[in-house]
Amino acid sequence: MTISAKNFRELRLDHMRRDFGGMNALRDITLTIKRGEFIALLGPSGCGKSTALNCLAGLLPLSGGSIWLDDQRIDDLKPEERGFGMVFQNYALFPHMSLRKNIGFGLKMQKRPQNVIDARVEEALALVRLTKQADKLPGQISGGQQQRVAIARAIVVEPPLVLMDEPLSNLDAKLRLEMRAEIRRIHNMIGCSTIYVTHDQDEALSLADRIVVLRDGQMRQVGTPHELYARPAHADVAEFMGYRNLLKAEAETEQNGRLTMRLGAARLDGFAIEPGHGREVIAALRPEDLTPVNDGPIKAAVVSAEYRGRDFYGLARTEDGLDLWFRSDLSVKPGERLCLGAPAERVLVYAGAAA
Amino acid sequence: MFATSDIGGRLWRLGVWAVVGFFLLNLAGIIASVVVDSLGTSWFGTWLPDGFTTHWYSDAWSGFQLGGVLQVTLEVAGAVILGSAILGVPAAYALARREFAGKKLVMLVFVLPLIIPPFTYGIPLASVLYQFGLGGTLAGVILANLVPSVPFVIFILVPFIEQIDPRVEAAARVFGAGTWDLFRRVMVPLLMPGILAALVLVLVRTIGLFELTFLTAGPDNQTLVVALYYSVFAAGIRATQSIDAMAVVYMVTSLICLIVALRFVDPTQIVGRAKKVEAH
Amino acid sequence: METIPLTAPATPGRESLKRRLERAGFDTTTLLLAPALLFVLALFIYPALYGVWLSLHPMNGGGWLANYTAFFSDPYVYGTIFTTLELAVPVTLVNLALSVPIALRVRRMRHQRLLTTLLVIPVTLGTVLTAQGMLNYFGPLGWFNRVLMSLHLIHMPVRLVHNFTGVFLSQIVSGFPFCFMLVLSYVTGIDPSLENAAAMLGARAAQRFRHIILPLLAAGLAITFCLAFVQAFSVFPSAVLVGAPSGPTRVIAIAAFHAAYEEYDYSMGSAIAVIMGVIQIIVVALVMWLSSLFYRGPAGGGKG
Repeated sequence: MTISAKNFRELRLDHMRRDFGGMNALRDITLTIKRGEFIALLGPSGCGKSTALNCLAGLLPLSGGSIWLDDQRIDDLKPEERGFGMVFQNYALFPHMSLRKNIGFGLKMQKRPQNVIDARVEEALALVRLTKQADKLPGQISGGQQQRVAIARAIVVEPPLVLMDEPLSNLDAKLRLEMRAEIRRIHNMIGCSTIYVTHDQDEALSLADRIVVLRDGQMRQVGTPHELYARPAHADVAEFMGYRNLLKAEAETEQNGRLTMRLGAARLDGFAIEPGHGREVIAALRPEDLTPVNDGPIKAAVVSAEYRGRDFYGLARTEDGLDLWFRSDLSVKPGERLCLGAPAERVLVYAGAAA
Repeated sequence: MFATSDIGGRLWRLGVWAVVGFFLLNLAGIIASVVVDSLGTSWFGTWLPDGFTTHWYSDAWSGFQLGGVLQVTLEVAGAVILGSAILGVPAAYALARREFAGKKLVMLVFVLPLIIPPFTYGIPLASVLYQFGLGGTLAGVILANLVPSVPFVIFILVPFIEQIDPRVEAAARVFGAGTWDLFRRVMVPLLMPGILAALVLVLVRTIGLFELTFLTAGPDNQTLVVALYYSVFAAGIRATQSIDAMAVVYMVTSLICLIVALRFVDPTQIVGRAKKVEAH
Repeated sequence: METIPLTAPATPGRESLKRRLERAGFDTTTLLLAPALLFVLALFIYPALYGVWLSLHPMNGGGWLANYTAFFSDPYVYGTIFTTLELAVPVTLVNLALSVPIALRVRRMRHQRLLTTLLVIPVTLGTVLTAQGMLNYFGPLGWFNRVLMSLHLIHMPVRLVHNFTGVFLSQIVSGFPFCFMLVLSYVTGIDPSLENAAAMLGARAAQRFRHIILPLLAAGLAITFCLAFVQAFSVFPSAVLVGAPSGPTRVIAIAAFHAAYEEYDYSMGSAIAVIMGVIQIIVVALVMWLSSLFYRGPAGGGKG
């Protein structure tokens, strides 16, 4: 007997909506999740990602739309009838029960025979490597261990879908990296679908098969980590994915998507991402792509710089008062004048009204 | 809160709110019947009195010497507030900031007057006050009312002080403040909200506390609630409307204090001290 | 670099005493405790001990247990214990039983403060005013009976005051809000995500209550029971004003008051107060022992 997810084909969210005191906390979420997929809901705080998760769990009622598990409509089921697993941000371990009882709780509620419960709990304990601590109370173990108990408790009932609400946000940086790998390992092993809520794009990029970027309760972009990293669909998504320089510019010429823009006194080439932009555009580029080069078009003075081990990251200001984040292989000093430039394929151009 | 609820769940919720509604309705009836009666000319076997008048208030004012009673009540309440602040605030500070041998025992000594009902210790306390010639005097009434008030102030303030970062005091010490300066110039201003809250609650409790005043007061130094008790006890001697007028005066006094209190504190604190007590 | 002290060390005896005190945590700051402690010792602990001593020195002689023998040989007097228990235990249980489901609902409410404010009113007004209001409202000609009669639920007014029912109702009017507020503060101390977690694991409402809420609430309920019980056990004004103080609601506090203030026998009065205290301690100890069989600890999530 091994723990493995129940068989199903897909989970469908159909125009899912949630109003909250006259406000649209969640608008028109439509998404199909296949069995075994790892989905990250990514967005800044207040973007509606936790609301979306709670709606899926049944902890919040929908205001409109529906949720389907294959052919069964499930949005009118109570949380206890949906059979999903959930890992809470604060773990929500029952403080009065031993780890063993915590993990076995779901099976007990399903009225499974005691020998089945014991065997499954033992297996889950081994899976999260906590067999030795099994009889302790949650208050007697460390945060990382509590996290693993919470995961074991959620998956031991073999749910088709596991919901995770920022499960790593209470852990320190080192533990977070370890647990990231652990979560992905367990996901692969039991073959469930996972929906993982986070505000940390590194976490989303490294864990997910697909990322859903939410903002103001709306889906801004759905795609693989690589798609999101290389080609954010909108300026705000770009900003969230690490495009720290969002520069207002004026489009001059365009050929096959390649634009030449005027940026104050400088000229910069880039590629249009958003169709139908006007003259006013926004050029997005990562600090690591903006470097001092001999014929760099943007002339700026270094304001500050910090050493990051292999290279330097800094802030420079043009004569027009534009602030730019850049990277440099060589040491730079405040006041030093630089010519900054970036390869055209790394400069993404969006419609100007968005910013 | 959850996505859906079945009929059983809805019935249950309805039942719970019905009980709350029934309770509040009867509570409103109890209070309103006092107010209406105090304003009625005569009321017997009808929904409302025959007519309305305010003369029961002047009757009560002269008949029960309400002026004097109110004065005593305010004197007692004022002295208890002052006394419990002087005794309670420094003690709360010490308890919040220092660990020492026997701290648990001291805590226990302070908890007991709060959880033991006043009637249980009131009779021995009154005997001791009479022994020292304080029984039946204003000073005796004040001392008796201080017994539960001092621990009350302490237990409200201890968690309040604990949440103030001790480094603030360390910083003041670095700049050369002595204990007294520290207390006066740093702690008291920081603690003012908590102190005010505690003292307003002491005011509400002192006005409402019946048992200790009842057991220790003489005829000249009854507080409002004790005077009210005696007039209800001796009902028949005076018109009910007159007693109700006095009850309204008491009610208005307490409610004003309550409104003031609620501006400073969460209502659960008025009864919720037990949780804080238990935390130690 | 070490510097040589310029002053000679103080005499070893004084130095070590001061040091020892400081190590045990006694310094100037700790001394701030002294006035309040002395006050409570003088006006609470001393009277309590004095009361015990006084109760052992009967006014009319007859050996030091004479008061207690007298108390337990007169059914009219020792019967007050059972009268009080018959009142206090059911009232406390009813208040607690009402408080738990209501608190569990109110916890999920957004405008809690309105309800809690309304419920603070009877606590603030106290039992004396409640009693006077009840005499009007629940009396044979009061609104309550009039409403029931005009709804044709009853033909004759029901007697609700000047009897056991009157005291019982008055203890609910002033005791329920007290219980409710305490229970609410314990209920809100339970992390709501625990109940959500249980629901996600398939537990229905009743199972969530039994397996999660109740065990986590047990210690708080025990404390609430104790506090509410000792209040109800020492009931006095409502037992006199809306009860039948010479018969069915002759509670132990009336007996103590009668002995001390009407027969001027402070010794006997103290003896009855001691008996009152002992019974309260016994019940509290019993309840706390029972609750210690449950889990005791934080009611938050696993995060510590």
